[in-house]
Amino acid sequence: MSLSSRLNLARFFNAKGAEAGTLTLTQRRIFILPTRAGVSFGMILLAMFLAAINYNNSLAYLLTFLLTSVTIVSMLHCYRNLQGLQLRARTPQAVFAGETQKLPIHLYNPSSQRRLAIKLGWPKQPPQQVDLDPQQGKWVNLELPALSRGRHPVGQITLYTRFPLGFFHAWSYLHFEVSALVYPKPSGIRRLPEEPFQQQGSEGDRGRGSDDFIGQRPYHPGDSLHHLNWKALARERGLLTKQFGGDRSDELNISWQMLAEQTTEAKISQLCRWVVEAEQSHLRYGLEIPGAHIPIGQGQQHYEQSLTALALYGQKP
Amino acid sequence: MSWWRKQKPKRYQEDQRTAPVNGVIWLLAALLLVILPHLLRQPGWVVATCLAILTWRLFKEFKGWALPRTVFRLLLAVTLLAGTYFQYRTLNGLDAGTTLLTLMLSLKLIELRTLRDAMIVILLGYFLVLSGFLYDQSILSGLYLLSVVLLLTTSLLVLNHSDEGQSQAKKEYFKRATAILLQALPLVLILFILVPRIPGPLWALPNNSSSGTTGLSDKMSIGDITRLADSDAVAFRVNFTGEIPAADKLYWRGPILWQTDGRNWSTLNRADPFNALTAPPFTHLSEAIEYSVTLLPHKQRWLFALDLVVEQPEQSFLRRDFQLLHKDKINELYRYTVRSVLDYKNSQLLPQERKKALQLPANSNPQTRALAQQWRQQASSDQQLVTLALNYFQYQPFYYSRTPPALRGEPIDQFLFSAKKGFCEHYAAAFVTLMRGAGVPARVVTGYQGGEYSELGDYLLVRQSDAHAWAEVWLQESGWVRVDPTRVIPPDRIEAYEDLQRFTDTRNDKLFNPDTRWLHSAWLQTQRGWDAVNHQWSQWVVGFDQQQQQRLLERLGLGNLNIFALVGIMVLLILALLATLSLYLLYQRQKQREPLQQAYQTLCQRLAKRGVDNAPWLGPKQRCQQAMRKLPKQRQEIKSLFNHYIQLRYTKNQTADAQRAFIQAVKRFRC
Repeated sequence: MSLSSRLNLARFFNAKGAEAGTLTLTQRRIFILPTRAGVSFGMILLAMFLAAINYNNSLAYLLTFLLTSVTIVSMLHCYRNLQGLQLRARTPQAVFAGETQKLPIHLYNPSSQRRLAIKLGWPKQPPQQVDLDPQQGKWVNLELPALSRGRHPVGQITLYTRFPLGFFHAWSYLHFEVSALVYPKPSGIRRLPEEPFQQQGSEGDRGRGSDDFIGQRPYHPGDSLHHLNWKALARERGLLTKQFGGDRSDELNISWQMLAEQTTEAKISQLCRWVVEAEQSHLRYGLEIPGAHIPIGQGQQHYEQSLTALALYGQKP
Repeated sequence: MSWWRKQKPKRYQEDQRTAPVNGVIWLLAALLLVILPHLLRQPGWVVATCLAILTWRLFKEFKGWALPRTVFRLLLAVTLLAGTYFQYRTLNGLDAGTTLLTLMLSLKLIELRTLRDAMIVILLGYFLVLSGFLYDQSILSGLYLLSVVLLLTTSLLVLNHSDEGQSQAKKEYFKRATAILLQALPLVLILFILVPRIPGPLWALPNNSSSGTTGLSDKMSIGDITRLADSDAVAFRVNFTGEIPAADKLYWRGPILWQTDGRNWSTLNRADPFNALTAPPFTHLSEAIEYSVTLLPHKQRWLFALDLVVEQPEQSFLRRDFQLLHKDKINELYRYTVRSVLDYKNSQLLPQERKKALQLPANSNPQTRALAQQWRQQASSDQQLVTLALNYFQYQPFYYSRTPPALRGEPIDQFLFSAKKGFCEHYAAAFVTLMRGAGVPARVVTGYQGGEYSELGDYLLVRQSDAHAWAEVWLQESGWVRVDPTRVIPPDRIEAYEDLQRFTDTRNDKLFNPDTRWLHSAWLQTQRGWDAVNHQWSQWVVGFDQQQQQRLLERLGLGNLNIFALVGIMVLLILALLATLSLYLLYQRQKQREPLQQAYQTLCQRLAKRGVDNAPWLGPKQRCQQAMRKLPKQRQEIKSLFNHYIQLRYTKNQTADAQRAFIQAVKRFRC
């Protein structure tokens, strides 16, 4: 091993890379250093020691020694606050680009000691604080803005604590082998294509189900504004989309071929919008893009499959 | 991997966080305790300012008052600085420094917002606690130290747990702070005993001239010692290596008064060359006794010792008149060991010494001189002259009183011939005047007489009320001899009971006085117990200096180690202690896993016994398939168990009840 790689701090702090399953914080994973307040306190202690020598004052000595000892003991307590903690992460729920994704992380305290002020967050971002009772497990959702479509590794999370006295900062880097799936942002100006691409379904006759009101559900991005339940919004019941259905069902093959003139991302977003609309309109639809063909189908699983195909278009699976 | 990071990465800093309200309230309580002992010493305007600021802050926390603006704070700071300067005419020195620190600490309170501010206040607070010890090191101060540290530590805990008091941890803060403090105590002990004490000071100490001296002084005007007679304050405590000598031998010599103007007596002038002479040779007539004296600071140079010192402490000087002097003033508790001889004989009187011992102002106290001349004619020897004088005190109606009448005109004449009522200094002064008038060299010795034996601590307690004055005369055949004219006053002419028994016994038999009731005796016992505790405190804590440390190390068998070996031992001990503490803290019931995992593990192990593959890489679904194949009879049960587990482990809908149900199901499962 070359000297430079030995001295590589990043490697020292996280030699293992991403890890799957439950992580247990052992002494190899926990780092501890004095905080700025800790260093200042050290200097104050030195000044107090000099004062004690100078005035030959026993109680001043005693105070200095007491505070020194308390600080040293607090270091052990700070370390103990993290030691043995068990953590695992779950794959976050897929969201559309532009939304906020939530990474659920489970913390479990195996010891018989309550752990206070454990903080969890992305590096250099405001963390979330967790307290754990003995043998208690808790889910914490770390928010991360989903900026672009695709499957992204969640990267490194910092877990730290300064409890009890704030003179020491004990931390550990968590690198879960978990990736977040982000669907493309549904956008584009074109409405769901109607004529030439709509084929008659096996059941019922032609026609879109937009005549009969069958209920409502929470708003999803991409829903038509015409179908928004404005009255409900005015009554502060949140964003609701009215759903219409007919007794006829249609089949639609959404295909890359329909959008020849746009850029790739715009195409993907447009296709995504159509998939969303088709799902909301209870159409039976299929998706054809380079590298993926999803046969005509319906339902949540089919919907997710289609969106995933769009999300991963052009990326390694 | 910064695809989710926001564009303006304003770096989050933990200590820029707003300090939580409950933490600030703890902090205010702790600071009140920190400032309190200082306030008792500060001028009124400082007290008022501090309390006003503290109240303001409290109103901010509870009533939502606004904190003052920057301009106002700046003005206030400058005003307070100027105020301190005008108070003390300096910003240097202990008094001014403490005032300034107290004010600035209070001032910081009105701009305290972030966690960082709070930490600064706490650090300053610790320093202020320390400066308080430069004024007072009593046991109460020690208890105060512990409680302040406990309170400040608790505040730190609350501040660093940024929860706004909504968790159940509330009761736990104090408990945890106490635990940390207790765990730190063994470490404190090691550090206190083994950190090498460096004799200070490292820089010049500011003169602490504000407080007056206590105890004896280098002058005696008649009426002075009476002032001390009513003071219960401790002068010093003595530990004897062997037996304690009889009470009538316990004459603790202090300043020797040679010079007189007829009314006032004083020590020799500082410049007098006689002061530079060392003790003359003398003959021992008995074994030397050894004892250690723990002297409370009296801001003078003299040390107290019995009669003739044969082995003096370091950094001290034994004068020709056997007065023991330290090289510096005693400003702190000082402990020294001395060896003395109580029976001795010396036989050399220098001419200048004789001259000084006969000095009397011309024309003063004519009646006294006449009486002395008359005795000179009668007596055949100096020894007989002493007896004549003592008989005079014994057979004339002389009273020993703490409240003697004021003496005007020629004081000794008035005392000897009309008032006949006096305290020890009257008798000593009168006796020496008589001796000098008759041509016998004599001097007044001041110091303490007797003491009170404490069985609890096995030491002799000497109080200010034991202050005494007596005489020494030069006799040809035996040299300087102590004569205590007060002792010849018959008991029925001694007014105070304490004065009567002080010469007879060190065991305080006030207890057996028929007048005293049980309540009084219990009170005395308590007092004595408290003093014993105080003595231990001053010996082992306050007076724990370089010499005491050396003494203790010798007792522990580490006496002949050099400083490096000592530090090495200390470091090793600390490491061993920390290792023990870590074992205790970190490895208690460490093996426990999450109960869900534990139950799943149990399930897998049970199945493995029936031949189901237990490889760690197998997922629950694969295991389930295998188990169903191997144990077809229990297909349904196995499937439901695994599905339950998958539900709990990988999906959102998991409640504590569901988990408990799964664990129970695993327990019941037999295959």
